[in-house]
Order: sequence, then C-alpha cells, then structure tokens
Amino acid sequence: MSIAVSTQLICFSLLSLVVIIGALGVVLLESIVYSAFLLCGVFLSVAGLYLLLNASFVAAAQVLVYVGAVNVLIIFAIMLVNKKEDLKPIENLNSRRIISTSICLTLLSLLIRVDISKVWVLASPNNSIGEEATYRIGEHLFSDYLLPFEVASVLLLMAMIGAIVLARRDVMNQDISTGLPVDQELIEKTKEPFLIKKN
Amino acid sequence: MENGLDLEYIFNEFLKGLGLSSEIAHIIWLPLPMLLVLVSAVVGVLVTVWLERKISAAAQQRIGPEYAGALGVLQPIADGLKLLVKEDIIPAKADSILFTAGPILVLVPVILSWLIVPFGQNLLISNVGIGIFLWIALSSIQPIGLLMSGYASNNKYSLLGGLRAAAQSISYEIPLALSVLAIVLMTNSLSTIDIVNQQSGAGILSWNIWRQPIGFIIFWICALAECERLPFDLPEAEEELVAGYQTEYAGMKFALFYLGSYINLILSALLVSILYLGGWGFPIPVEIIAEFLNIPINAPLIQVLTASIGIVMTVLKAYLLVFIAILLRWTTPRVRIDQLLDLGWKFLLPISLANLLLTAGLKLAFPQFFGG
Repeated sequence: MSIAVSTQLICFSLLSLVVIIGALGVVLLESIVYSAFLLCGVFLSVAGLYLLLNASFVAAAQVLVYVGAVNVLIIFAIMLVNKKEDLKPIENLNSRRIISTSICLTLLSLLIRVDISKVWVLASPNNSIGEEATYRIGEHLFSDYLLPFEVASVLLLMAMIGAIVLARRDVMNQDISTGLPVDQELIEKTKEPFLIKKN
Repeated sequence: MENGLDLEYIFNEFLKGLGLSSEIAHIIWLPLPMLLVLVSAVVGVLVTVWLERKISAAAQQRIGPEYAGALGVLQPIADGLKLLVKEDIIPAKADSILFTAGPILVLVPVILSWLIVPFGQNLLISNVGIGIFLWIALSSIQPIGLLMSGYASNNKYSLLGGLRAAAQSISYEIPLALSVLAIVLMTNSLSTIDIVNQQSGAGILSWNIWRQPIGFIIFWICALAECERLPFDLPEAEEELVAGYQTEYAGMKFALFYLGSYINLILSALLVSILYLGGWGFPIPVEIIAEFLNIPINAPLIQVLTASIGIVMTVLKAYLLVFIAILLRWTTPRVRIDQLLDLGWKFLLPISLANLLLTAGLKLAFPQFFGG
C-alpha cells in the first residue's frame, strides 16, 4: 500500500469517526451549548470528507455556509437566550425516547438498504474533474438547476421577512404563549440579569 | 514551472541520491514549506508588534521601547517570553474544555489561510484552485472560537465581547466577500496566482486599485473590522468590556489570541496587496527591465533575483498597509456598536453590491480593460 493511499485511509477513518461520534453527541448530550459546538465539529469533518473526494469547492462552501453562517447563528441564538431555568419535566419521557429511537433506527435501515441496493459510480482518476468542479457547478446553477436555485432564494426571502415580522414589537404586540401585551421598550432592555451565575 | 529552478525537485533528487525512496523524500519535503510559512508568520508578528509600539510611541510623543536591543527590536521577543512562562490560569467556574479550545479555534484557521498567500509565481505552499475562497471560508470559522471562549469564561464581559465579535464578523464578511467577488469576476479565476498575473501587464498602471477603487476601500474597511482593529475594536473595547472575550485569559492562551490577531492583520494586509496592489509585481514589470538590459529572464541567477524582488515587493506593500492600520489605530476614535452595524449593513453592503453590478457591466462593455 502506497503512502498516499494509507494517508487517505487514515484521514477517512478519523473523519468518519468524528462525524459519527460528534453527531451522536449532538443528539445525546444534555448541554445545548456542547451540542451546538459539536455540530460545528461534525460540519467541519463533513467538509474534510468532501476534500477527500476531490471536491474542494464544495468543501469550502460547506465550511462557509454551515460552519460560518448556520452554526454561528445557532450558537449566537443559544447564548442570547441562555437563561439557566429548569425545564418542566416531560411526562412519559422513556416511552417517548423509545419511539424516537425506533423511528431513527428505521430511517437508518432505510438508508443502509438504499446504500446496498444502488450501484454507485466510484471516483477514479478517469472520472473526477477536480478543480474543474467550480465551473461545472456554475454551469449547472445557471442552466438546468436555475429554477430550484431561484425558488430556494425566494424561500429564504420569505423566511427572512417572516423573522422580521415576528421580531417587530409593533406588529406582534401580544405574546403568543402567555397572551400578555409585550414590552414595547428596546429589545436589549432585559428585566433579568443577562448571565446568571453558574452553579 | 516549465523551466527554471524547482526547489522541490532538487531536494527530492538529493535525498534519492542518499538512497531514500521517492515517497519518503516527499514526506520529508512536505513539512518544510509549512514550517517556513509558520516561521515567517511569527517573525512578521514580532516585527508588527515592534512597529506598533514604536509608532504608537511616536504618535504620543514618547520614545517607546529602547533598552531591549537596538531601538528596542528585541522587545516583542521579551513580551513573548514573558507570556510563555506565565502561569496558565483557568478560572474556577469556567468550562475548562471550551476555555482551552477557544484560542486554538481562533488561531488555526488564520495560519491555515497562509496556504494561499503567494510571494512569487511559484512561491506559495499550494496553488489551490479555490484560492481566495478558501480564505473567506476559513475566516468564517473564527467567530465560533470567539463565542466559545466568551461563553466558557463565565464572565459577562467575556460573553458580551464574544457576541459582539461574532455579530461584527458576520456583518463584515458579506461586503468583504462581495468586493472579492468583483475581483474574481475580472480575473475569471479564484486562484491568487491568476489574480496577481492578471494585474502584471503594465506594472503599476494595471493594478486592480485603479479598476476597483470602491472595492479597495470596502475591502480595507472590512478587513480592519475582521481583524478587530481600531476604529472597529468593539469586541475588546476596554472602557465598556474590560477586554472582551480575552478578559479571563492569561499566559500562553492569551498569547494565542494576541498572535492570532496580529497574524490576521498581516494576512489581511498581504491579501490587500495581492488583490489590489499587484502582489509581487514591481511597479515597472521585471520582464520589461530584463528585456531592456538584454538579460534572459530564465537564467537561474536572474530567477533568484526576480524572486527576491517579488518577496521584497509583497512584504513592502503589506507592511505599508500595516503601517496605515497602526496609524489608524492610534489616531481614530472607536465607533459605537450600533454605528458599526449600521455601517456594515446599511452602507457597505449596498455599495459593494452596486460595485459588483458596475464591475459586471464594465466587463461586458470594455472586456479588454476589465477581463474578457
């Protein structure tokens, strides 16, 4: 086995290990902050897997979009609302857990079945386009994938307008869960201390 | 690469001559350029710290460091040694894993970005096809490290500093990327080598700064904001937040933040010089001078000479920009956080979009000047 092949194998096993353990940690950990940071690790390792597949543009886009934008926003939101309050205990927690685990396992077996039954085109020096990929992605986005691309941008615009409407106090002047009129003062003016001491 | 000096080839042949296989020779070669870049980045930081101390002293009519070495040039090394041997303190109620991981996550992407900085036609670690896009992607990881260290410190000033840093870098990344996009549109390539080569036609006259004046200013403002330099050092505004996300840090972990911010400053200056100031290009193209003097451009000695001119020009342009950044830091007041976000979202973003549109229009109208 040549050094290049064994390096690739080691990288692949390390990255897949990080993806699997990290993803399990995101779901199973109690602390939401740890989950968010682990999610960042999972995204980064997926970008590493793309790099191993010679798709450097996709890898960089993965880092920029998922780590740099999505994950930063998730962590940002968690930290802005990070009040240490005890959540209400949920009834029938164990049966809920069993149901969700079984649903996840069913989905996993479905994916494994797809993986086994389909004949995959394996990457080889003959069919990988490497650095050409950037041009090819651009061509596709402006020809046969133009409509999905534009529809996705309209969807994002709708989500953004929706978020602005929800955040503006003069549009939604009643709290949805409690029914009380909301505070019309500045958003930054919180009544409770911003960060309560850790126990 | 076709003709001329190829250090990697010579090195590998030398090791093969010693009886090693070509793969082992390649493995021995691999860390050398990385080590070189790491060393040059750290030396660059030491020079910048010394410049910062001396220029700030001059701006405030002081002398500045003068006892450590001639003109105090050894002062940054003394600073570094002091930080190295300081006690490493983790606050009792801090989250020690995240507290340690934060500074690493801030420093590593910055150093990785040096991968794409060219000092000459073949003088870079890797001419990756995605080039400048790699830097934009990597610099977006940094705010996670800042948020992490801000949260893990268990201190309200740290948390606020981390949140501010993230908000600031998200807002300024977009105009930054859009102004880079205008350059990429003119070059038809993301590679930093191609970007410099596209500006090398007529020396100083063909530099991108004349074709992209708006983009240049936007990029410089955004780069300063990304480096958290004054007038945009909101995350560590000492009057409001003590020291922002660095408040609880001491010793080597603090030094990592310090190193990261200075390496980032030098990196931004280098990238401005590559994107807008012709990179390694001499104001008068070296090829024209060589032709005028009747010297073959591919002779080994001339290649060494042109390569050294290239390195000197890149570093000179970068340090000119670092000098401007330091002068700005010691002469301008800090903006408020709402002014900062207003500037980013309501001014720079529309202007950079308009700049992109203008570039696309000019490219269609004058393909010979704006890249066909």
